[in-house]
Amino acid sequence: MNQEQIAEKLLDKFGLDVVQTAVTFLDQITVTVAKEKILEVCTFLKEDPELAFNFLSFVAGVDRYPKTPRFEMVYQLSSLTRRHRFRIKALVEESEPGSAIIDSVFSIWPTADWHERETAEMFGITFRNHPDPRKLLLPEEWTCHPLRKDFSLYGTDEDTPDLPHKAGSQGI
Amino acid sequence: MGIERHLNDTVHVTNLEWFVNWARKSSMWPLGFGLACCALEMIATFVSRYDLSRFGMEVARPSPRHADLMIVSGTASKKMLPAILRIYEQMAEPRWVIAMGACACTGGIYKNYAVVQGIDRWLPVDVYIPGCPPRPEALLDGILQLHAKVMKEQSIHNPRVTNIKVAGR
Repeated sequence: MNQEQIAEKLLDKFGLDVVQTAVTFLDQITVTVAKEKILEVCTFLKEDPELAFNFLSFVAGVDRYPKTPRFEMVYQLSSLTRRHRFRIKALVEESEPGSAIIDSVFSIWPTADWHERETAEMFGITFRNHPDPRKLLLPEEWTCHPLRKDFSLYGTDEDTPDLPHKAGSQGI
Repeated sequence: MGIERHLNDTVHVTNLEWFVNWARKSSMWPLGFGLACCALEMIATFVSRYDLSRFGMEVARPSPRHADLMIVSGTASKKMLPAILRIYEQMAEPRWVIAMGACACTGGIYKNYAVVQGIDRWLPVDVYIPGCPPRPEALLDGILQLHAKVMKEQSIHNPRVTNIKVAGR
């Protein structure tokens, strides 16, 4: 199926409340869906025999600071059997610290495990029902989210100390 | 065989400091500590084309207990730093450190939150080798510079300082 047919099929199935916007760029369509329905949409994309998105290429976060909603979750899907690709997004708002929450798609594609762990530590987005919500890349004691737009490139001695017991001992 | 042919059955006199320094620099075993791309240049220095064995350094020890020289070759990230320091602290005196490549010297192109901005914040570095990555010749030159430095040590009159203050400590 081509991009238009996939987007059309999604729209027929879920309607305009869930499939909110579609942007076409370089012959690729990116569909934004409501974050509450992300599990339903992903299940449909995987289970439907015509779509059959059985491979999740990546999950990533985008920080659109200072726009609201602040965060985007990007899901790049691929079908190994049907040989087509598709991208969906979900907007995640953070009204107060720690309130950016979205469902984990681990139950649909197990590969989302590490992708979501990385996104969680880099952006501070919480994934509901994630099986293993530990950090993946950063030191355990850091509490900052380095890929946020308002994070300074060099970090600070409080946020990103060289050693855990030596916090604040030196400047950049 | 070898040197025995040139030594007659007699007593030889030499300068003890010189002799100790000569022994140290002639069998300086490196701790291969490859962290990133520089490690490949270090490996290239070890193998046949550049042949570090010529300087009595063919035994790159994986264990800090056997090593005299730590070649920090590559990007030291903040998550790796505790392991680097632990291995350095387990090395027996006398020990030396070479910071190989721009990242180990200053953080290099990685001026960001995740990389230690120069390993000399945490370890007393003897020789800095610039380059990104330094060619094997550069590493060899750095090692020869370190050998020259060791030969100038005065272990009796001017003992080496072991508790060197570095920025982080």
